[in-house]
Amino acid sequence: MCGIAALQLRNPSLHPQMGSLLSSMMCQIVDRGPDSAGLAVYDTPGLVSEGTSTLSLLGKSQRLPLGEIAASLENLLSPSAAPDVRVVGDTTLVSAAVGTDLLVKAVRETLPDSTITGRGEHVAVMKSVGHPMDIAAEHGLEDMAGSQGLSHTRMATESAVTAGGSHPFSVADDLCLVHNGSFSNHATIRRELKREGVVFDSDNDTEVGARYIASRLQQGDDLETALTNLGKVFDGFYTLVVTTADSMAVVRDPIACKPAIIAETDDYVAMASEYRALASLPGIETARIFEPEPGKVYTWSL
Amino acid sequence: MVTLTAPETLTPAAAQQIAVVDSFSVDLNDSPVRDLNQALHNAIDGQVWTVANPGGKHSLAVGIDADISVTIKGHAGYYAAGMHQKGEVTITGNAGVGLAENIMSGKVHVRGDTSQSAAATGHGGLVVIDGNAGARCGISMKGVDIVVGGNIGHMSAFMAQAGRLVVCGDAGDALGDSIYEARIYVKGTVASLGADCIEKPMEAEHLEELEGLLTAAGRTDNPADFKRYGSARNLYHFSVHNSASY
Amino acid sequence: MTITSPPQDTVLPAPSIPAQHTEELGLRESATFDRATISDIQRAAATGVYDIRGWGAKRKVPHFDDLLFLGASMSRYPLEGYREKCDTDVVLGDRHASRPLHLQTPVTIAGMSFGALSANAKEALGRGASEVGTSTTTGDGGMTPEERGQSKHLVYQYLPSRYGMNPDDLRKADAIEIVLGQGAKPGGGGMLLGQKITERVAGMRTLPVGIDQRSASRHPDWTGPDDLEIKIGELREITDWKTPIYVKIGASRPYYDTALAVKAGADVVVVDGMQGGTAATQQVFIENVGIPTLAAIPQAVQALQELGLHRKVQLIVSGGIRTGADVAKAMALGADAVAIGTAALIALGDNDPRYAAEYAALGSAAGFYDDFQDGRDPAGITTQDPGLSSRLDPVAGGRRLANYLRVLTMEAQTIARACGKSHLHNLEPEDLVALTIEASAMARVPLAGTNWIPGAK
Repeated sequence: MCGIAALQLRNPSLHPQMGSLLSSMMCQIVDRGPDSAGLAVYDTPGLVSEGTSTLSLLGKSQRLPLGEIAASLENLLSPSAAPDVRVVGDTTLVSAAVGTDLLVKAVRETLPDSTITGRGEHVAVMKSVGHPMDIAAEHGLEDMAGSQGLSHTRMATESAVTAGGSHPFSVADDLCLVHNGSFSNHATIRRELKREGVVFDSDNDTEVGARYIASRLQQGDDLETALTNLGKVFDGFYTLVVTTADSMAVVRDPIACKPAIIAETDDYVAMASEYRALASLPGIETARIFEPEPGKVYTWSL
Repeated sequence: MVTLTAPETLTPAAAQQIAVVDSFSVDLNDSPVRDLNQALHNAIDGQVWTVANPGGKHSLAVGIDADISVTIKGHAGYYAAGMHQKGEVTITGNAGVGLAENIMSGKVHVRGDTSQSAAATGHGGLVVIDGNAGARCGISMKGVDIVVGGNIGHMSAFMAQAGRLVVCGDAGDALGDSIYEARIYVKGTVASLGADCIEKPMEAEHLEELEGLLTAAGRTDNPADFKRYGSARNLYHFSVHNSASY
Repeated sequence: MTITSPPQDTVLPAPSIPAQHTEELGLRESATFDRATISDIQRAAATGVYDIRGWGAKRKVPHFDDLLFLGASMSRYPLEGYREKCDTDVVLGDRHASRPLHLQTPVTIAGMSFGALSANAKEALGRGASEVGTSTTTGDGGMTPEERGQSKHLVYQYLPSRYGMNPDDLRKADAIEIVLGQGAKPGGGGMLLGQKITERVAGMRTLPVGIDQRSASRHPDWTGPDDLEIKIGELREITDWKTPIYVKIGASRPYYDTALAVKAGADVVVVDGMQGGTAATQQVFIENVGIPTLAAIPQAVQALQELGLHRKVQLIVSGGIRTGADVAKAMALGADAVAIGTAALIALGDNDPRYAAEYAALGSAAGFYDDFQDGRDPAGITTQDPGLSSRLDPVAGGRRLANYLRVLTMEAQTIARACGKSHLHNLEPEDLVALTIEASAMARVPLAGTNWIPGAK
């Protein structure tokens, strides 16, 4: 039960304003989810860089000092991987010039208690408990540049109010999912995925959706097909936004009770739970504004 | 703070003496929604109100019970003109979920599109939407008249009890599911009819009724281009034959 | 219920064997297929439609009877009965509303519609409640002038159907209760069968006369707590932030639902357990969905405590409240007030043995009558038949209800004084023990004579 704001910037000249635009959108959906919040930003200089894998870890302090973490990673990987560890707000970012799988393995070995909330070449994922705007400010969202951004404010329904239970759920490279609503058969799908070897981090119903999509993508589905398949398997109420390195998708369940509104211009695609989150975007007066149809998958690529 | 000569400061006697129409404007960049609604609740018949910078805020101009005219310049959020009783509210942009929910009388006019559940459970009055309406338009309507210039979404007029729904564009799936005595007129296509909703013949009285509704909404569509839908009344009593429809 | 069904087999009345005779013969009744179950299967086979009835769950579930109070003796001091003060008043809805309710007793009357009940019954409820300074509640069908006129404190229900909903009555209400569900049927919508949809009931609900009315299970213009918050905001704006807003839930996941109602902005949360009554619902729903009142209270209280809002957002509990002991036990577990429905109807005269012959003619008996959906209530309460409803004198009925409410209040005071409390609100879970392991686990109080609570960490 939550608020969603998502933004894909088609016009590169807007990239420097990504954080400030997303922040102004997020500010209007705080009431929908005051418990906790999460952010995913794509291609943000200083957080990620091309040719390097970046992992987002929950929390600003890990068990070890940053220098020791870097040293351990260098030892486990190689000096040429040039691992880098830094703190942004309440999030620890770990980067290295190796594949994400190798980096995940090395981080798990170095920090067995850490929670990895994001992974990939393009995305950084930041989550915390508390007032969403405090979380955005702590991470410096306002000043971030980027190609895409996704934010979520959460009113926890049945799972705990924890940073780990916050959205977005990012369970495959550069893939993020946020959800407004409540799945009604997620426990069964979780059991099936577990039997197939999928490992879960939380008791959150949305994580099941994210793991399902990751599993479909791995089996060869494109994003649109994966979401169509999700619609066949998942029961309940949902508005979902999914982002990948170069695309964004929106889908609602066939009953479509949970709100969603989209604004499209030549410069951007923006999606939010409520219109007021879109009201301050540039050129909104002439944007094409519409509500996504029930059960229909919408995708946009950069 | 509301930037107006506050009508709440007027005594009834003083209010009586104001013969000319009074105009007031509220800028929601400066005033909270609470101040706007309190001022509208204290308003007296004949006043003209303009609301600037609505920015998609919720519950704008709800519970109006005076014969006033309110124009919201821009987009409104949820429940704009909710439980409207008197006068007219115009929204120049789009309106969010539950526009004019439970309207009793008077008129609400949206120049743009509306989200789901427009005029939900409305008991009377007229709701005009120049653009498209989302899902569940006229859900459980109880006497309101709704005229939509564009299309309407799925499950519109679900359990509609009374009133008229006019759609100048197309209707989505399951139109009029479990409908009672409301009447639906659609000019375009209907994706599918809901349980117990059927097409009915257009008689002279229906053409006349439709003409009146279109005129009231300021539209020039030809009533002869519409089809009429209503209840087959098969679900009015529990029947073992209809168990698949419950 | 009205049934339009294919030609039915004629069911001949079976010659009945006296109970003592079955025992003499050594006949054994199946625990699985007992006589009521056999009758249900036969009825389903004959009609092809599920059974719809009134009343709440009839199955036995852990209840307040399974709890006992620890009266004072040496370690604690009791208050003197009748002399030393034990207050009973309660303030409901002072979190955000400028006009909260101040009731003289924490026993309120639950929502029951005009339509389900006769106008006389509604008036009697209003009279009885007003006489003792408590509130009564409308139901699915709007507010009648009789009810408003006779009720000092009237709670106006805001339901998915919105039958008869209008802003004038909304502003006249002393509180607004947004109904998400009721204990008899969490997740289900309302029902009122044709026999009770008279001209007046139909007019109030904008329905054709005599139809079988089904109401929606979800609200038409909001779903989920994030949208409920906006809906509550609208109702507050319409009423200028004066009127308290309650949120009523049927007990199924009360820990989450209570927390979400509070986050959405409720002033008061009403939790209705599965024993809560109904006028007309599928029997399979009444008996198989929801959790007992006893199990619901500690979960709701835990949610309020974790939010730091216990006794600031008030909790009203309903579903199977019968005695002052039940009132005191609910409050000891953390409720601020209770609501009664079925018990109030019994006080008015429902299931009265003096109508024994008439109950028998309807195929029922005093103490068993639950066909509230049928509209043929001999006591004139759950009916719209003018002849039957005239049997209930609203003044006399109101007096009986007031008497009963006074007894409930005095009984609760008696117990509270014995536990050394000068106000009912000072009762605590620590004043209680449980008789059974089940009740101990659900109520989260120790098994009597031990300090063991099954499942406690």
